[in-house]
Amino acid sequence: MSAVSEAATSSAMRTREATVRRFAVTDMVFRAATRASAILVLVLLGGVAISLIAGSWEALSKFGISFLTTESWNPVTENFGALAPIYGTIVTSAIAIIIAVPIGIGIAVFLTELCPRPLRRPIGIAVELLAGIPSIIYGIWGLFVFAPFLQTTIQPFIIWLFKGIPGLNSLFAGPPYGIGLLTSSLILAIMVLPFITSITKDVFDTVPAVLKESAYGIGCTTWEVTRRVTIPYTRVGIMGGVMLGLGRALGETMAVTFVIGNAHRISASLFAPGTTISATIANEFTEADGNLYTSSLVSLGLILFIITFIILALARYMLLRIDSRTGA
Amino acid sequence: MSTAQSLHQSRKRKNAVMMALCVIAAGIGLAWLALILGALLYKGLSGVSLAVFTQMTPPPGDAGGLLNAIYGSIVMTIIGIVVGTPIGVLAGTYMAEYGRFSRLTTIVRFINDILLSAPSIIVGLFVYELLVRPMGHFSAIAGAIALSILVIPVVVRTTEDMLNLVPNALREAGTAIGAPRWVVIRSVAYRAALSGIVTGILLAIARISGETAPLLFTALNNQFWSSNLNAPMASLPVTIFQFALSPYEEWQQLAWTGALIITLTVLGLSIIARSLTGRREDR
Repeated sequence: MSAVSEAATSSAMRTREATVRRFAVTDMVFRAATRASAILVLVLLGGVAISLIAGSWEALSKFGISFLTTESWNPVTENFGALAPIYGTIVTSAIAIIIAVPIGIGIAVFLTELCPRPLRRPIGIAVELLAGIPSIIYGIWGLFVFAPFLQTTIQPFIIWLFKGIPGLNSLFAGPPYGIGLLTSSLILAIMVLPFITSITKDVFDTVPAVLKESAYGIGCTTWEVTRRVTIPYTRVGIMGGVMLGLGRALGETMAVTFVIGNAHRISASLFAPGTTISATIANEFTEADGNLYTSSLVSLGLILFIITFIILALARYMLLRIDSRTGA
Repeated sequence: MSTAQSLHQSRKRKNAVMMALCVIAAGIGLAWLALILGALLYKGLSGVSLAVFTQMTPPPGDAGGLLNAIYGSIVMTIIGIVVGTPIGVLAGTYMAEYGRFSRLTTIVRFINDILLSAPSIIVGLFVYELLVRPMGHFSAIAGAIALSILVIPVVVRTTEDMLNLVPNALREAGTAIGAPRWVVIRSVAYRAALSGIVTGILLAIARISGETAPLLFTALNNQFWSSNLNAPMASLPVTIFQFALSPYEEWQQLAWTGALIITLTVLGLSIIARSLTGRREDR
């Protein structure tokens, strides 16, 4: 061992140590950056909640709990109540879900049990593409194509059909505007259909083949297997998908804004124009003059945020349960 | 024997009815997609011309194009992606790599999933309170920030999912030759998950390029050409919203044409995104 090579080795050792130290530092920096980004996601949601509460403070402290129970919405006298938008939001979303759930489950059954294999993927993709179409497209289609169609054909027919039946005649009372609560519900149903379908299909795929095969083995028909094995096994997952669709329907803005009619009143007829929380905000926010008006609109946003947060949290909880079962 | 046979018959009949209903349901779903796309093509194509891409949005009752709206949409989408993607990718990296089993990851995943489906108009209100009100005026930058908040959850979700699919043996091989953790992540995990992460970004672009609600009271709208990020800026979706609800025929036609442009962009992006990861699903 000469002195020269010894010096070379020790300098190599030093650079190696320096490299390792540099690695450790950059690793720490990178780790901190990723962690900070993850925390930022939490901060975002917290920020949304705080800013909505701050923005709605003025209206909520003036109107108190009666904000939720007042139907009047009068920018001139500055008297605001959220009852009509809340009613419209809940009614349109509920009808949309009632229509979309059976169709969505039907498509999922079709895709998992009936569809010829080569067609399965293209049809699945086509249904999912429906989910990607921006809501404003549904809105413009609903306003110019769907609403006139309803106004001239379906609505007069339904009004005529239920004319003499008490209860139903006030639910479907005229005149047929085309736009209104029912039209919004139908558009919403189309919009949430892909979400419900793709989640239902995914959870149907988690049913172990052995379960289905043993049911077929004792002579069950396809429907009986679906009804008695697949659906009970995936009940929680389907509920999660439905809740996710409901969350979408409650918060959907543009499509509804086009076809709801933006009328702040509660009427018994589903053909009447109404409004929803999101449609009210979209229509009136930029035109709102006066702090109380703006604050009332932000309060509507806060109510929507709370409702959808609860619904979406429940949906995720249910989907997590089915995930952990298949993972185990 | 005859009762057993009739029971068998009724079960078969019920099965046939229910299965027919399922086929009809699928038919309805597909027919609806066809109807919407058909109407869009029919109404939108008749207005497509060079003027749409070269002229500004017209005053009421005049001919014109959508140039400033298209430009505004592209600018705000790009800023939204540039701001949102790094945050999303880094957060997804933490969840899949450093903190895969940590409590923080579970919470972030839950909250992120909620953000993913949260109403976009709420995001608009948030940015209004956060930026527009303190600044005192609407601005393109506020619109872009609102869009970036919609980008983050999409990118976080796909990044985490795709990194989780990278086999651990790859990471162990990297660590075994002495590479530090972040080099392993950068040169092994990211590279293996690249197509998946790109898919997430494409899906995020598809999502925000059609978003209207968060732009309504952040970027507002602008009748004229403006490249000032600190001033209101036109965007395709908001222009469509304004023009479609107007009584002027020229405006309504431009709205349909704009809707066609957005839909084709979004569908194109989704199809590209799908084909990037499609092979994996087939397996």
